[in-house]
Amino acid sequence: MISFNKYYNHFNVVSSLLIIVSLVLLIFKGLNFGIDFKGGTLIELRSIDTKINVSSLRDKFSQMDLGDVSVKKFGNDTDYLIKFENKDNKKNIIEEIKINLDKSFGNNFNFRRVENVGPKVSSELLKSGVIAISLSLAAMLFYIWIRFEWQFSLGAILALFHDVIVTLGVFSLFSLEINLSIIAAVLTIVGYSMNDTVVIFDRVRENLRKYSDIKIFELTNISINETLSRTIITSATTLLALLAIYFFGGEILKGFSLAMILGVIFGTYSSIYIANTVLVRLRVSQKTVLREDNEK
Amino acid sequence: MLYFSKLRILFITFFSLLFVLIASSNLFKFDDSFFDKKINLGLDLQGGSYLLLEIDNTPVIEQKLQNLTTSIRNYFKEKDIKINNIKIENQNIYFNVLEKNKQTIIDTFTDENSDINPYYPRFKSHQLEIEDTGLNFKLNFSRQGLIVLKTSSQDQAIEIVRRRIDEVGTNEPNILKRGNNRILVELPGLDDPMRIKSLLGKTANLTFRFVTNDNNDSFGVEKLKFEDGIDEATVSKRIIISGDNLLDAQPKMDTQTNQTIVSFSLDRVGAKRFGKATSTGIGKQLAIVLDGKIISAPVVRDTIASGSGQISGGFTFQTATDLALLLRSGALPAPLNIIEERTVGPDLGQDSINAGMIALAIGFLLVIIFMFVKYRVFGLITNVTLIINLFILLGILTLFEATLTLPGIAGIILTVGMAVDANVLIFERIKEELRDENNNIVAFDSGYTKSRTAIIDANITTLLAAIILFFMGSGPVKGFSVTLGVGIFTTLFSVYFIARLFTSLYVSKNRDKEKLI
Repeated sequence: MISFNKYYNHFNVVSSLLIIVSLVLLIFKGLNFGIDFKGGTLIELRSIDTKINVSSLRDKFSQMDLGDVSVKKFGNDTDYLIKFENKDNKKNIIEEIKINLDKSFGNNFNFRRVENVGPKVSSELLKSGVIAISLSLAAMLFYIWIRFEWQFSLGAILALFHDVIVTLGVFSLFSLEINLSIIAAVLTIVGYSMNDTVVIFDRVRENLRKYSDIKIFELTNISINETLSRTIITSATTLLALLAIYFFGGEILKGFSLAMILGVIFGTYSSIYIANTVLVRLRVSQKTVLREDNEK
Repeated sequence: MLYFSKLRILFITFFSLLFVLIASSNLFKFDDSFFDKKINLGLDLQGGSYLLLEIDNTPVIEQKLQNLTTSIRNYFKEKDIKINNIKIENQNIYFNVLEKNKQTIIDTFTDENSDINPYYPRFKSHQLEIEDTGLNFKLNFSRQGLIVLKTSSQDQAIEIVRRRIDEVGTNEPNILKRGNNRILVELPGLDDPMRIKSLLGKTANLTFRFVTNDNNDSFGVEKLKFEDGIDEATVSKRIIISGDNLLDAQPKMDTQTNQTIVSFSLDRVGAKRFGKATSTGIGKQLAIVLDGKIISAPVVRDTIASGSGQISGGFTFQTATDLALLLRSGALPAPLNIIEERTVGPDLGQDSINAGMIALAIGFLLVIIFMFVKYRVFGLITNVTLIINLFILLGILTLFEATLTLPGIAGIILTVGMAVDANVLIFERIKEELRDENNNIVAFDSGYTKSRTAIIDANITTLLAAIILFFMGSGPVKGFSVTLGVGIFTTLFSVYFIARLFTSLYVSKNRDKEKLI
């Protein structure tokens, strides 16, 4: 049996630090919102002519009077991702760019993807993204409140907040782009982390009913160990699937799978080191579950 | 938990086979319509354009207010009530009346059978709200009044949008209402939406009006620019004929001048008015105005009684074709703005499909190998179940002709990763039970029973996340929530019916073997 409980205090400090650092990053550095949430235009180009390089392309785009343009390589050597604000919401901007590129480089580009999100839509998307995440947290809170005693709910929700905030913190730290699929990833993380916590809690509650003489400090450790192989196997298979998406699923899914990978790792960690320590700190005992049982 | 009746085995086999068959209909062609269903590929996988259009209702509201001021004035004139200083400001109508008429005004506007201010019994609201400060009145659209107005302009606009897109002839367009002032257009397979965008960007409000120098024209005059943006002309506001009077419009080649023109024919009312105007207006210039710009202003030389005519204006064949198309499909009630556009080229779509399939295959393989190494026989059972699970999932998506997107494929891969969770929970529980229990059957039975709450809890939480995502997400992300959500049900079915059936068969054959798992 591994003594997870020996490190409860240490990891509580680590978790608190992680959350504080993430919050500081989120407040002061902020998130790198993609055009879904900031508005603007995105173009994915593939050049047929291999002599074209990113700096010549960047020069050309900066001459086009598009405001702040970012030109980056995207996956392949021949693929580029161009982003700009398109503040005036010019209607024929793509056509103009095509003509401009043809003039300087010849007809050597294939427009693989064009996205244009107006300011109104982007602010709506951001709003609905925030609502979706809040709603899912609320739904989890409600579900676990029905299924478990309040001490468990608090533990699970703290673990959830930790996972969401720290994952977003990593995205802020490395300035990774937040787009619609990241919201989907965060929601899935919420589901997954909850899933993981619930499995351990289920065992904690079962053990609480079974043993009256074991203190919660020990009892959580026993429960974590009993469910440990399941925790490891499920995290492993989920991570295997996600790694496959990350490495083989194409550029578009990279951010999504990365967020999920982070979420699974943080989710597994928080189920053990946040959710359970809350039970310990709230001195949950057999009485806690028996009282509830009697009420039911 | 381990007992299966013959009937149930039959049912499970039938059900699984059915979905394998349905799923495989994506690969083969079936004659039967029930089986000949296919999963729709999202725009991100098959390529195509997604456009979100917003109707700018300001001109509609202003026009409506303009009409209202006239009808209010006339309505009360008949009742010998004089409306003073009526004007429109910030989408409100202001006017004042004499003290003796004040109550009549209020009564008229608040009467449920009011002729001038329609009452919507369904919403318990009038079209207009009236406010008074002393003898000054303020009228503005009520919330419901605005909604009715917007909905009707949306209804008209979506019809016109549909006609225009149909005229261009794209592949199975999807045109839907969004809210009360937006229209969503999905155009599968279209990788350059330039032409459709420019067609939808035009209101196509066509009018024929005389050029005049008389600033006292009783209908009012306005200065309009020509298409070139430089020349100007003063044009009467009196409309001789409008786009509504057109029966048909076609691009043509004028053999005499070798110019491309748009020829049109008018309906009976239009033909009559056109004939009358051209007979009285010989020698005058008749301006052809499209969306506030003069296309051309030819001099009337003869009476045109045939009800047909032509527009010339230095068109290329393409612009003439588009103008004819716009005129045929009618004018939009209000301008449309494209507020969101997402276009994916077909080769990127194909690349995404390939990448998704490779990721699925590799993810699947990794999970299968992992499970086999870890659990041997029971790993095999899990793996076979996983394959059937995948077929059932694809089968359900096919049956409902759901839309598969790139994030949707990610959802399937994720389902593969997470689907083993339930089996792992069960197997680990059985291992624990076997420590104190010698009878395999009993241990397996209680392993299934005791792990059930954890499994259900765990799946409900993921399902909740998927449901919220389904309602809040848009486009490709919605596809993810569908596969993730459906995946939960198929996983539970395959774990509790298929895997349990296999487990039960294996355990009953090896009931006396030690260390079964």
